[in-house]
Amino acid sequence: MSMLNKLLKRVVRHIDGFLMGSLIVTILVALCVLYSASGQSMDKIISQLINITVALSLMWLAANVPPKHLERIALPAYIIGVLLLVGVALFGEISHGARRWLHIGVAKIQPSELLKIAMPMLLAWYFSRRDSMPAMKDHLIGAILLAVPVGLIMKQPDLGTSLMICASGFYVLFLAGLSWRLLIGAAVSFGVMAPILWSMLHDYQRKRIEILFDPYQDPLGAGYHTIQASIALGSGGLAGKGWLNGTQSQLDFLPERTTDFIFAVFGEEFGLLGNLLLLMLFTLIIARGLVIAAQAQNTFSRLLAGSITLTFFTYVFVNIGMVSGILPVVGVPLPLISYGGTSLVTLLVGFGILMSIHTHKKLVTS
Amino acid sequence: MNPRSELKNYKKEQYDFRIRLATGAALVLVCFGILASRFVFLQFSKYDYFQTMAENNRISLVPIVPNRGLIMDRNGVVLAQNSFVYTLEITPAKVEHNVEETIDELAKLIEVSNIDRKRFKKLRSQTHSFESVPIRIHLNEEEAAKIAVNRYRFPGVEIHSRLFRQYPQGELGSHLVGYIGRINDRDLEQLKESGDLSNYKGSDHIGKSGLEQYYESQLHGITGFQQVEIDAGGHAVRVLSSTPPTPGNNLILSIDSKLQHIAEEAFGNYRGALVAIEPSTGEVLAYVSKPNFDPNLFVDGIDSESWKELNESLDKPLINRPLRGIYPPGSTFKPFVALAGLEAGKRAPPFSISDPGYFTLPGNTHRYRDWKAGGHGMVDIRRAIAVSCDTFFYGLAVELGIEKLAAFVRHFGFGKPSGIDLKGEMGGLLPTPEWKGRRFKQKWYPGETVIVGIGQGYTLVTPMQLAQATAILANNGKAMRPHLVSSIQENKGGRIHAVPLVVADQIALNPKNVELVKQGMMDVTLPGGTAARLGADAEYLMASKTGTAQVIGIKQNEKYNESKVAERHLDHALFITYAPAEDPKIAIAVIVENGKHGGSTAGPIARRVMDYYLLGKEPKPTQPPIEAPSAESPQTTEEHVHVE
Repeated sequence: MSMLNKLLKRVVRHIDGFLMGSLIVTILVALCVLYSASGQSMDKIISQLINITVALSLMWLAANVPPKHLERIALPAYIIGVLLLVGVALFGEISHGARRWLHIGVAKIQPSELLKIAMPMLLAWYFSRRDSMPAMKDHLIGAILLAVPVGLIMKQPDLGTSLMICASGFYVLFLAGLSWRLLIGAAVSFGVMAPILWSMLHDYQRKRIEILFDPYQDPLGAGYHTIQASIALGSGGLAGKGWLNGTQSQLDFLPERTTDFIFAVFGEEFGLLGNLLLLMLFTLIIARGLVIAAQAQNTFSRLLAGSITLTFFTYVFVNIGMVSGILPVVGVPLPLISYGGTSLVTLLVGFGILMSIHTHKKLVTS
Repeated sequence: MNPRSELKNYKKEQYDFRIRLATGAALVLVCFGILASRFVFLQFSKYDYFQTMAENNRISLVPIVPNRGLIMDRNGVVLAQNSFVYTLEITPAKVEHNVEETIDELAKLIEVSNIDRKRFKKLRSQTHSFESVPIRIHLNEEEAAKIAVNRYRFPGVEIHSRLFRQYPQGELGSHLVGYIGRINDRDLEQLKESGDLSNYKGSDHIGKSGLEQYYESQLHGITGFQQVEIDAGGHAVRVLSSTPPTPGNNLILSIDSKLQHIAEEAFGNYRGALVAIEPSTGEVLAYVSKPNFDPNLFVDGIDSESWKELNESLDKPLINRPLRGIYPPGSTFKPFVALAGLEAGKRAPPFSISDPGYFTLPGNTHRYRDWKAGGHGMVDIRRAIAVSCDTFFYGLAVELGIEKLAAFVRHFGFGKPSGIDLKGEMGGLLPTPEWKGRRFKQKWYPGETVIVGIGQGYTLVTPMQLAQATAILANNGKAMRPHLVSSIQENKGGRIHAVPLVVADQIALNPKNVELVKQGMMDVTLPGGTAARLGADAEYLMASKTGTAQVIGIKQNEKYNESKVAERHLDHALFITYAPAEDPKIAIAVIVENGKHGGSTAGPIARRVMDYYLLGKEPKPTQPPIEAPSAESPQTTEEHVHVE
C-alpha cells in the first residue's frame, strides 16, 4: 500500500460514505438553487463555497473526535454556552431588532448556534450517567436544563432557533424514555386548554395568531411572504419552469429567496417532481441518521445521534411547511440549502458527530 | 438504592430506544407525507390558479402614448407641434422625508416659483403617490445639470424628458388652433360616454379648444400597448410583446399664416374679428380674434394668476369672437335686403325714391331717420347700397314683410351656425314674429320690421356668419361650407386626404339681380360710395359694404375708469368685402369693436389682407396700424362718409 493510499485512508477513516454522498448531492443541488435565487450572482456562490469548505473541514474534525471526548466536554460546553447567552442578553449587539451576536476580542459569535449542539449533548450526557432507568425526576431536571437556554434565546428574540433547540432537547428526553402517559396527557390537556386560553386572549392577540395561520387576512403585511411563496410553488406545476426561469423568484416577488424561502425558488423551477426528489434526498439522510442511532453503542451516542437526526428532520419539516403554507412563518432556514455559513457549520458538525459515533463504534467492535 | 428503580438492562434499554426511534421514523414519514400531499395540492390541483396568479404578478400592460398630430398652415408652417422638454418630477412615494422639505431644498438650487408649487399641489392631489408629478417644466440645460449633479441628495426626484405640445407661433391664430390641457373629470366622463376611454390610457392631455378640440380624434392617434414583465417593485424588466401606437394625423389648414399674421397686425390695438374665406371652396384663409392669447400657457395647467389676468381682462381675450361674438350687422345687412327685394320683384330699376331724410309708417307720425339729415335725394337700389341709404331700406323691409325677409336671408347663413369645423359656434339671431312671441310673449310691431331693414333691432350676427354671407353672395348664391382644415395627412405613411368640399346650399337667384347688388357694392369704394377713400388707390376692383353697430350697453357693475367707459361706448365698425369683384378670390368680414366707422377702421384692415392675398403686397413696416382708439364721446350718427 502506497503512502498516499494510506494517508487517504486515514483521512476518510471516520467519514461515513453513504451520509457523505447524500450530503454532497444535497449541497450541489443547493448551489444550483442559490445561483438562480441570487439572480446568478457568482459572488454569492463563491462566498457559499467558502462556507461549505469551512463547514466540511469542521465536520471532518468532529468525525475524528471520539464520542468519549464529546461526553467529557458536554457539561463545560453547555455552561459556557449559557454564560455566553447571558452575555448576549447583557452586552450583545443589536442587529435587525434582535440581540443575537456577541463580540469577543476580534470575532463575533452567535452563542445560540453553540447550544444547538451543546444542548442535546448535555442531556444525552445527563441521561447516560444514570445507572437506573430514568425516572420522572430526571426528566424534570432535563426539562429545566433545557428551559434555561431556550428561554434566553426566545428573549433575544429568536423564535426559530429557540424552537429548534427546544426540539433537540425534547427528542433526547423522548428517546431517553419520557413516559408515554405524560406525553399523551400533555397533548390531551393542551387540547382541552387551548379553547379556554383562546377565549382569554385580547382581540389583537387573536388577530395576530389568526394571521399566523391564515396569511390571506393580511396579504400585504404578515401574509405577503406566504402568499408569494405559494404562488411560486403552485405555478411551478409538475415539472417546474426550469432552472433560472422562475418568474416569481427572478422578478423579486419572493422575499428572502436565498435564505428562509429558498425552497420556493426550488419548487417553482423544478416543480412537483423536483420537490419529491428533494424530499427523498432528505429522507435518505434522515434514514441513515436513524440507522446510525439504532446501531450506536452506548446511551450517550444513541441519544445524541437520534436527537441530531430528528432535529435535522424538524428543520426540514418546519421550513418546507412554512414555505408551502401549512405552518406559520418562523425564521428557520432550510438545512443544507439556505444561504449562510453559521447554520451550515452547526449542521455539518452535527453530521460529523454522527459519523464519529458510527465509525468509532466500528473500530471498537471490529 | 431504590428497589423500585430498575437496574439498567442493556437489552431492554436498547429495545426501548429502538421502539422510540421507530416512532420518530414514523413521525418523519407522516410529516413528509403531509408535505408531499401539500405539494400535490399546490402544484397539481391548484396549478392553474397559481399559474394565473404568477402571470398577473409579472405581466403588466403599459400604454404607449401616440405622438399627437401636427397642425400646419397651407404652406406647411407649423402651428402646433410636439417637442421634448426637460421636466423635474417628484415621485412622492419615493421621497424619504417630507415632500415639502424636498421642494424647499430644490428651490435652493433652481427657481421654483409659487406658481410651480401650486400646480404641483394640485396635480399631486389628482395622482397616486407612486406616480411622478412635475414640479418644474421647461428646465434649461444649466438647471438640468445642477439637478443632475445633486441628484444623490434627492431620492424620488428625477429629471424626465417629456413630449410637450408646443405652439411655435405663440399667439398667432390662437383662437383657431386652440390648445390642449390636462384631462379633467369632465373630459373623462365624455370619453367614457363615447367609448374612447381605453384609447386614453396613459394620455394626460386632450384638446380643449379650437382645432385641437374639434379634431381631437384625428390628432390623438391610437394608443399602443406593451406587455412588460415587471418585478415586485413595479419596474419593467423586459418587454414581452408590443403593439406600437399609431401617431395622430396631421392637420393641414387652409389658413395662410402670413396672411393671418398681416390680418392680426392690422388690428393694432383694436379688439375685433376678421374672417376671410375663399368663396368658391369655403376655405377659411384667415381667422382673427383680437386680442389673442398664448396657447402655450394652457398646456400643463395654466397658473391661477395668468388665468385670472386672461379671464378678467376687459378685452376678453379668451372669447372666440368670429364664432361667439355677436354683433348687430348694421348696414352690412343691406345688400342682402336689397337682393331679397329684387328677388321678390320689388325695387328693380328704374325704381327710385326721393329721400326726404326720414321714413314714416302709414298712419303714424314717428320718423325713422336716415343717417344723413336731409336725405340722399334721388336713390335707386344701386345707389342705395353705395351711399347706404336708410330710408330706401326702411321702406323695402316694410313692403317685403319680416317673414319673407327673414326666410330669404336665412339662405345666406343668417340665424344659423355656418358649420365651420370649430366647436361652440353661435347661430346669431334672425328675428321673426314667431321668435318674438316665443321669446318675449309679445306681438311683433311694424316698426321692428323697419329697423331690421338696416340691420338693427334684434338682428345679431357673428363675424363668421357675415363672412360666409359675403362669400355666398360673391359665389352667386352657391354656399360652400366653411372649413379651416383643407386636408388631413396620415402620420403613418404620409398620405394626404383632402377634406371634401361641401355645398351647403344652392340659392336659386336671378343673375341680373345678383349683378345689380354687386354693382352697388362695387360703388361703395368708388367716388360717391361710403368708403370711397379706401378704393382710391386699389389695383383691383372690390365689392364692399360698410356698417356701424351701436354698442348695446354696458353692465352697471363693471368697474373701469372713465376714459375706458367712453371708449367702450363707441360704435362697432363693420366692413364686408370681396375681391376681385369680377372673379372673387377672397371674401372678408371685419368687425372692429368701438371702431366707430366701417369705412375708416374696419375697411383698411380688410384692404391690407386683400393687398397681400391678391397682390402679395406686404404692409410697409412704417405704416402705422389703423389709428388707435380715442376717447371721444359716443357717436350717434349711423355713418360718416365722404360724399361728394
